[in-house]
Amino acid sequence: MSDWPDQIFEALQGADVRQIAYVPDAGHKRLIERARAEKDIHAVSLTTEAEGPAVLAGAWLGGQRGALLMQSSGVGNCPNMLATTQTCRFPLLMLVTMRGEFGEFNPWQLSMGQAAGPMLEMMGTRTFRLDDAADAGPMTAAAAAMAFEGQMAVAVLIAQRLIGTKNFGK
Amino acid sequence: MTGEDAMTDRANSFEIRRREVAQRLLDDNPDALVIAGLGATVWDLTAAGDRHSTFPLWGAMGGAAAMGLGLALAQPQKRVIVVTGDGEQLMGLGALATVAVQRPTNLAIVVFDNESYGETGMQATHTAAGVDLAGVARAAGFPTIVSANTNAELDEALRTVSSGKGPVFAWLKVRAEASPFALPPKDGAWLKDRFRRHLLGPAAVGE
Repeated sequence: MSDWPDQIFEALQGADVRQIAYVPDAGHKRLIERARAEKDIHAVSLTTEAEGPAVLAGAWLGGQRGALLMQSSGVGNCPNMLATTQTCRFPLLMLVTMRGEFGEFNPWQLSMGQAAGPMLEMMGTRTFRLDDAADAGPMTAAAAAMAFEGQMAVAVLIAQRLIGTKNFGK
Repeated sequence: MTGEDAMTDRANSFEIRRREVAQRLLDDNPDALVIAGLGATVWDLTAAGDRHSTFPLWGAMGGAAAMGLGLALAQPQKRVIVVTGDGEQLMGLGALATVAVQRPTNLAIVVFDNESYGETGMQATHTAAGVDLAGVARAAGFPTIVSANTNAELDEALRTVSSGKGPVFAWLKVRAEASPFALPPKDGAWLKDRFRRHLLGPAAVGE
């Protein structure tokens, strides 16, 4: 098992991220555990990904940096909130684990998996694709710098092939 | 006429006047940080004074409570007050659960409930049909909940908003009425920086 989630977590700490909001995904399991175990980070479990841009806009208003973790299906819950992110030039760092890609078992994930990246870009989000575990730390650090210095939405799309596929015991 | 319409008409005679409450909220809490939810609550708070410590939402319907949460977690020493409408809060009911789980003791959410979508023609919201927002907050786990249907009940409710142990949920039934527009600035990026400069100082906005 690669330690890429730890590399991402350490890059988030290096960027002084203090609030990590999330809707769980299997691919984010380790990262969520790290966030919840860190006393200097508020780990905020959400009922829907749409709460994420709003929570983290509030964090920025209050002087804290945040990151939003979700899977690709959750991107579909976000566009109207991303409009506010873009209009107000709120920084927003998103880490999206991709479904509906390489080896996907559940065909109901295919549509949103295909749309997630273009939908984010349509809402003014800069996207980076993480295919190689070795890039996890540097790419997260670069995305964080772009989001917080550029005051814009930036998403790292984490390839399903990197995460491993879910097979429902088949 | 449906049952909902009849209940919307009921709100025409509610005693509490929203502009008066907005003014009292700002007067009573001069140091509070305020998030104003999309629609009439923005106009109410602007009429009470366009303060740099208020962030007015021209969009993001359903996001006001969640935004207040992020702000309250980032600023635990400050009182954070979200003022929003019933329609806006109904779009973000899940956020009440998210807030209750985080339990920020410095956050108060105040809903001005006129039982209608005021910006779009006064159509009935679910509260007109009896949806109990305080009950939702209670079931979600808010430790402090106040309701006011009359001016006599308002004093205690506003005291709790100012100093009750949060997260506080305050459900105020306000008269369904159209007040004169009082519009805050519209440039979201500028409003964001205005707020941050006020709270965090000039360096926070690159000055």
